[in-house]
Amino acid sequence: MRTTDRLTVPPDGRPFHEQPQWRNDFPIDMPQDEFVARRDFTKFLVLTSFAFVAGQWWIAIENLLRQRRGAPPVQRIAKLSEVPVGKAFAFRYVEPAILIRTTEKNYVAFSQRCTHLGCAVKPEPEKGRLFCPCHEGVFDLNGDVLAGPPRRPLPRIKLELRGDWIYATGIEVRA
Amino acid sequence: MPVPESHEFFIDPNRCIGCQSCVQACSECDTHKGHPMIHLQYVDRPVSVQTVPVVCMHCDSPTCAEVCPADAIKRTEDGVVQTARKPRCIACNNCVLACPFGVPKMKTEFQLMMKCDLCYDRTSVGLKPMCASVCPSGALYFGTRREIEELRPRSTPVNSFQFGAQTITTKVWMMVPKGSGVTNIDVTSAMNEEPAGNADAFENIFDEND
Repeated sequence: MRTTDRLTVPPDGRPFHEQPQWRNDFPIDMPQDEFVARRDFTKFLVLTSFAFVAGQWWIAIENLLRQRRGAPPVQRIAKLSEVPVGKAFAFRYVEPAILIRTTEKNYVAFSQRCTHLGCAVKPEPEKGRLFCPCHEGVFDLNGDVLAGPPRRPLPRIKLELRGDWIYATGIEVRA
Repeated sequence: MPVPESHEFFIDPNRCIGCQSCVQACSECDTHKGHPMIHLQYVDRPVSVQTVPVVCMHCDSPTCAEVCPADAIKRTEDGVVQTARKPRCIACNNCVLACPFGVPKMKTEFQLMMKCDLCYDRTSVGLKPMCASVCPSGALYFGTRREIEELRPRSTPVNSFQFGAQTITTKVWMMVPKGSGVTNIDVTSAMNEEPAGNADAFENIFDEND
């Protein structure tokens, strides 16, 4: 709020910084007044709702294109012997992902993007969980939410063992 | 575009002939068609034909805006006190009661206070206000200080008025005879007085015994 270059003199003639607060809140001078015309407000409402509609269309088109693209190609990740039991292995399959070997014969992989706001999830296999440090979101080793703000489980990456190699064959987005 | 600073409004009530031209011209305006914002007042109707045109004086501390509870009366940067804003005005009549010059008028049919805004649509593009452009006797004049000094060499403009303990300075000037001291009248007590004037002279006309 500008208090200088005012035109109107208060009736008691004292300067503006000695005046009560309401005189600054409701100035008589038009340049100091933050007036929003009804027409401007309506314009704002209409344009905002147009933006929402455009956003919905964008989401719909994006979904359609993702379905068109189909499943990502099969990708070789790592040799089974490279991943020790109880350890995690970071790789990239469309987006950053983590492979965790839980037991000798069981291994799982998840997208590293937290389903809350997209931070990188930190694997903590010794605690049996994946931890998102941004807002303390916790996932178990099935990718399901244990605690924190995320509402959806982590996207699971389908794995396949071919000989000695682990392959990623697809992403399963779960609701 | 603001009203040019060089141009000022001068009222010379001495020269008013009560022809109603200003009232008609004001009601011609498209922004308030059929509703004149200028008041042509009779000073003492029973004894005199003297009239006074009353336009908004555009005070430096506008009492109408001070008392407005809806924040509807605003002043543009050129010092013109604008008429009430339609979306804000709540038709409460505070400004009508507060204005020392009696300028704002409540238009109950619109639920809106309307008053003279110095023909802002005209003066802001360099034209004269409606009333000043039609006044045949020069009682209302809009122009520069140099022009008014040439036109009225025996008058001087005044813009300070005393209302009780309050001094009001205005953007609009009132022409008074040069050298005449300022006389402050207590308006409220003067209202109870008998009209002075020459009332007796008129009474004789109707005296049938003569």
